Amino acid sequence: MAKQLYTRTNMIWTAIVLSIFAVLTLLMQTGMINSYYESTLFTICVNIILAVSLNLIVGICGQFSLGHAGFMAIGAYVAGIVTRYIPTYGGLFIGILLGFVISAIAAIIVSVPTLRLRGDYLAIATLGFSEIIRICIQNMKITNGAAGLTGIPQLTTWPILFLAVVISIIICTNFVRSVPGRAAIAINDDEIAAEAMGINTTKYKVIAFVIGAILASLAGSLFANYFYVLNPNQFTFNKSIDILVIVVFGGMGSMSASVLAAIVLGILNMYLQQFTDIRMIIYGATLILMMIFRPQGILGTWEFSVDRLLNKMKRKKEAV
Amino acid sequence: MEPILEVSNLSKNFGGLAAVSNINMTINKGELVGLIGPNGAGKTTFFNLLTGVYEPSEGLIELTIDGKKKQIGGLKPYKITSLGLARTFQNIRLFKSMTVLENVKLAMHKNAGYGVASALLRTPKFYNAERWIEEKACEYLQEVGLYRKRFEKATNLPYGEQRRLEIARALATDPVILFLDEPAAGMNPQETDELTKLIYHLRDKYNLTVVLIEHDMSLVMTLCERIFVLNYGQMIASGTPEEIKNNEFVIKAYLGEEI
Repeated sequence: MAKQLYTRTNMIWTAIVLSIFAVLTLLMQTGMINSYYESTLFTICVNIILAVSLNLIVGICGQFSLGHAGFMAIGAYVAGIVTRYIPTYGGLFIGILLGFVISAIAAIIVSVPTLRLRGDYLAIATLGFSEIIRICIQNMKITNGAAGLTGIPQLTTWPILFLAVVISIIICTNFVRSVPGRAAIAINDDEIAAEAMGINTTKYKVIAFVIGAILASLAGSLFANYFYVLNPNQFTFNKSIDILVIVVFGGMGSMSASVLAAIVLGILNMYLQQFTDIRMIIYGATLILMMIFRPQGILGTWEFSVDRLLNKMKRKKEAV
Repeated sequence: MEPILEVSNLSKNFGGLAAVSNINMTINKGELVGLIGPNGAGKTTFFNLLTGVYEPSEGLIELTIDGKKKQIGGLKPYKITSLGLARTFQNIRLFKSMTVLENVKLAMHKNAGYGVASALLRTPKFYNAERWIEEKACEYLQEVGLYRKRFEKATNLPYGEQRRLEIARALATDPVILFLDEPAAGMNPQETDELTKLIYHLRDKYNLTVVLIEHDMSLVMTLCERIFVLNYGQMIASGTPEEIKNNEFVIKAYLGEEI
């Protein structure tokens, strides 16, 4: 195992990840990233987790889900409620795990009947489901109803969030390059052929859906414990669309594209805050232009790969 | 000769249309069987019934594996495939976003031997299984002569090679019976010739029973040991190629009759 873990590719990836972390931490400590930029950075990180996990469902497995905000809401409220009682890192950990369990159960309940549906029907069914979750939250006592949950301890620190982002990306890419992941891609390509090749299509759709839901719940938990106020209106249909926009803007089926799109749209949003009146117009126009001139997204299905980069450099050296 | 697949009184109705009606057929182990008939005779419907795409309206399909009989009519396609029936498609259905190699790897799904947890955590089991899958998939590609093109996108292959890739992919599911739906469609005579040799070779190497639908009569007559003829959903004749060539019902179905 050690041999497979310490490959050159993995070492380079570790170096890249650690240097990104070091640079951002340094910038935060020297004050180059002030608290305003910091909240943008945290939003981007949460959005990266949401986007890669939705990409797993929509881009890889081809199941058009509009219910991602629902799973995020579950994670946010569960962790929020738990940490209000146990305001420690242990509490956050318990809250995240409990969120996983509840969102996984909810995902199984919703996916087993609805994943037999296709395309638009599935989108409407998942949309309905996420609205049900929101309405439940709005009417429950423990969630403090429509008034929202306040006083959640701010436990999501930068290292925790960064680690969660890295783990989410690793889980999604590991899934894609494995037997279950290939099965999911095959279902997206041609469901009849996939079934004829011995793939239990419902099973793999449910697996992709549940993994996506668990990661969305993780994003929600971390979100709740950074912004310390929760309100059911944060998890409407619009939130699901926001996440979907990131996935489509980047390129369906590519994890690097989702990460890039979350960063680009996050920064764009931050700069547009100054122009409150025309903010949504510019944002919308950007999306329309994108869809006209590059409908496959920024990167399409292209995936960043250290292996490929190394091979290219090697070939160049040989050519010289 | 021991029977491997027995079909009795198999029918499929679409509303008032009997696409396949009352078919009885026994296929023996190791045989090369051809299924012919004019367009719209119900050949592909019959294939779809055997491979689980459609549920039979009536009748039984019994598969014998290791001396045990099992009724497979109406099972889900993925279950039938895991029991050892593999197929190709008349209108090629390769996975278009995948490379040649990935298409074959995908079909080796049932013997992969690791679950989602191993995949996400990358346990040693995952690496061993992936290495085995890679080697085995390359072996299947060598059989059909596509090894050197393994990193190309499946849909970029020429037509004849896409058909061969479909055969490799079906082979990778580790079948006992291989169903080929018009494997020679769109091939030139030389390619058809190579295909004939390939089918013989694969049958002998992997102990397969092969059932094929084909319109290319020269291929059917040289390759198949027994032929079944369908017309309007009914079986009108069965026998050796010689018998079929001289059967009056078959001649009538294909050429019509003098008035």
